[in-house]
Amino acid sequence: MGQTSPLLSLKNISKEFYGNVVLQNVNFDLHEGEILGLVGENGAGKTTLMSILFGMPVIAETGGFSGTIELDGQEVHFTSPFDALDAGLGMVHQEFSLIPGFTTTENIVLNRESMKPGSILNDVFGYRMSTLDRPAMRKRASAAIHKLGVKLDPDMLVSEMPVGHKQFTEIAREISRENTKILILDEPTAVLTESEALILLDSLKKLSKDGVGIIFISHRLREVTQIADRIVVLRDGVAVKDTQAAGVTVKDIASWMVGRAMSGETGPREESRAFAEEAFAVENLWVDMPGETVRDVSFSVKKGEIFGIGGLAGQGKLGIPNGIMGLYPAGGSAHLESKDIPLNNPAAALKAGMAFVSEDRRGVGLLLDESLEWNIAFTAMQIHGQYLKPVLGGLFTQRDSVAMEKLCQEYIDLLDIKCTGTKQKAKELSGGNQQKICLAKAFAMKPDVLFVSEPTRGIDVGAKRLVIDTLKKYNREYGTTIIMISSELEELRAICDRIAIVDEGKIAGILPPGANVAEFGILMAGETDSPSRTKRMAAAEEVPNA
Amino acid sequence: MRDIKTFIQDFGWPRIIIFIFLIILFILAPIVGVRLDASISDVLNRFGQYAILVLALVPMIQSGCGLNFGLALGIIAGLLGSTLSMQFGLRGFMGFFGAIVLALPFSVILGWIYGKLLNKVRGEEMTIGMYVGFSLVMIMCIMWLVLPYSNPQMVWGFAGKGLRTTISTEGYWLKILNNFLAINIGEFFVFPTGLILFVALCCFLVWLFMRSKTGTAMTAVGSNPDFARASGVNADKMRVISVIMSTFLGAVGIIVYEQSFGFIQLYTAPNSMVFPAIAAILIGGASVNKASMANVIVGTFLFQGLLTMTPSVINSILQTDMSEVIRMIVSNGIILYALTRKTKVTK
Repeated sequence: MGQTSPLLSLKNISKEFYGNVVLQNVNFDLHEGEILGLVGENGAGKTTLMSILFGMPVIAETGGFSGTIELDGQEVHFTSPFDALDAGLGMVHQEFSLIPGFTTTENIVLNRESMKPGSILNDVFGYRMSTLDRPAMRKRASAAIHKLGVKLDPDMLVSEMPVGHKQFTEIAREISRENTKILILDEPTAVLTESEALILLDSLKKLSKDGVGIIFISHRLREVTQIADRIVVLRDGVAVKDTQAAGVTVKDIASWMVGRAMSGETGPREESRAFAEEAFAVENLWVDMPGETVRDVSFSVKKGEIFGIGGLAGQGKLGIPNGIMGLYPAGGSAHLESKDIPLNNPAAALKAGMAFVSEDRRGVGLLLDESLEWNIAFTAMQIHGQYLKPVLGGLFTQRDSVAMEKLCQEYIDLLDIKCTGTKQKAKELSGGNQQKICLAKAFAMKPDVLFVSEPTRGIDVGAKRLVIDTLKKYNREYGTTIIMISSELEELRAICDRIAIVDEGKIAGILPPGANVAEFGILMAGETDSPSRTKRMAAAEEVPNA
Repeated sequence: MRDIKTFIQDFGWPRIIIFIFLIILFILAPIVGVRLDASISDVLNRFGQYAILVLALVPMIQSGCGLNFGLALGIIAGLLGSTLSMQFGLRGFMGFFGAIVLALPFSVILGWIYGKLLNKVRGEEMTIGMYVGFSLVMIMCIMWLVLPYSNPQMVWGFAGKGLRTTISTEGYWLKILNNFLAINIGEFFVFPTGLILFVALCCFLVWLFMRSKTGTAMTAVGSNPDFARASGVNADKMRVISVIMSTFLGAVGIIVYEQSFGFIQLYTAPNSMVFPAIAAILIGGASVNKASMANVIVGTFLFQGLLTMTPSVINSILQTDMSEVIRMIVSNGIILYALTRKTKVTK
């Protein structure tokens, strides 16, 4: 390996979305029979890079990319995923793209079925009238399954399979193409159990021995160190590290992924502050939020503190505020200044003096079809009965448009929201300004504890700065306790007094913002030596190789 | 110039075209020998008859339940109220308002059950609503026969029991609103003051409700149920309230219709009242998620105007009497057009 000319090489790949640079001069090669581990935080550019490689239409629609892709030394231009497939690239996506009602065989050879030799119908209607040669299809599927080195029943319906088998079916489909030379796997082990993941890793090793080049994208850093020959680390769209895997530890990768350097030095940060009384606490919280399950979380936050919650996507950090605010079924207990907060009851949580800025801005955060006035005043109106004026001596109440407009104008000035006026519809604003509306809505509640979930997701750098500064200012001026959930560690480290990292629905650890970045990385990757983890790893090793 | 442009945009091209067409019909009418004053009087009358049925659609549209294809439930509540009122021998305003009061408990019960059902079938409210309407109409077909009504003006003459298909409101509350403060100009023109005032009052009350805290919450539920829930609003409850309101307004609407039309129509008649109401509000510019009082008034006026004028003008031109056929073609054509024009909202 390594001496041969590269199978695939990416040269100076850059890509920006509407002026937002997501990839910058990314270079790397993939050799025959090599397994390349591609790692990076959420939003580091992995998915964009793979979309470029595969000629996804979304890239061309957003202005294309710069740089060249070479396959076997030839420059290639894929205009659609079909071109990429023809050229010998295979991709296994995070989400399955299988037909549930078809068998393994049918899924593997889909649209490339073997046909029986022509009958009279073919002569009349062409090849579309050919009938399927099922034994031949079965043989091809079995061959692909065998090549993968796993046990799969070729006649089983996909809908009846365990998750792991679906993943294997996907891979078998990709390698059953005669010309597949490169296989890209995006988080293939995310949905698998540890033992299934081990079997998968073995099959990948086997495939690479047959000369297939593999790009393996994963958040599970231990898997990457186990399997990869070479590791490329992406951070903020830049390939910060391209190294041979031998001798690299999980800790090394973690620190490359998240931090500037090992020194623990980050940007300007507040001196540590001291807090007296406890403002808010949860015990044994569980939340059933799809994709963000919280299993058992307990923490306590001091009055006036900014408490950060970080972690990788899907580990449950988003479930925490959504569960406490009653948006998803939850259990456990929560207290606000020693008062019990009933769970599963949004109105009670809001009445108790909490407010929530949702990560799902367009879905939960805004009334897109209504005016800014409505968006900002609505929650305060419903919960505290504000912005209503009595009519006929208090017989009934009516919306107080004047007060709503005044409130809205106040926040437009305060947060510098760019809009044509208080009557503008929320859907017409840009992402950053929409986020400010969401903040204004929460501020209008005058909360004691404010939950802010992914406040900077999907907004540009300038707006990010402003949102963060606003939160900080609000915290300092009103002494509001803020619990901020974010995928961006740097952001948390810049503003929070303490940061909890969530892994697999539990708090893996709470660190001061000045802690070494590698420590955060290790907590995020779930590579602590907790007893349960060690036990699981041991159990996984007992499974015989298939 | 700019004002005209924004006006056209706000008012919408479909409405402008229909409006122009309606004006052409009014211009044609005297030429082909249809009396203009009688026609205008007719249009006003029909506007008043139908407006509250159209208004009944507003709460459910605002709360995100879509167009109330199950309006027949409200109509049935109204029919129960009006037949009971006659059975008890209430006459005049007493009879009319008695019918509304008697319809109230039925509307609340039917609306509550219907609302609970709609909460279980989110996204399919319109289809399910239509079948709920059909089913109840059919059940009531049996009930009208077996319920122990005994007023001789209402029951079949030969058997002495079971309600007739059409019952005259004469002697009870026929045209009670139409004739209230009515203004007669010449032989053919009558301005139904009481009717129009009553419609205006209903619109005003709904408008007030929509501006209250509950009304605001209801609109927010229709606009984005997740937002409303995150703001502590019980979305299911709001939807049920909107369905009950819609059902009750439907009941009031049919009672107003009966007093003006002169007959209580039972059995399968409620089915034929639903689609025209929906077509009217769509033509008025409402979307499946947003409707205003202006949509109700403009839509009812345009739809009923077309429905009144087209058959009479065309009849006179063709010199035949096929008004019922033409009315069917026009009304169903407008419904078809209106349904294809329904505007979607941002999700």
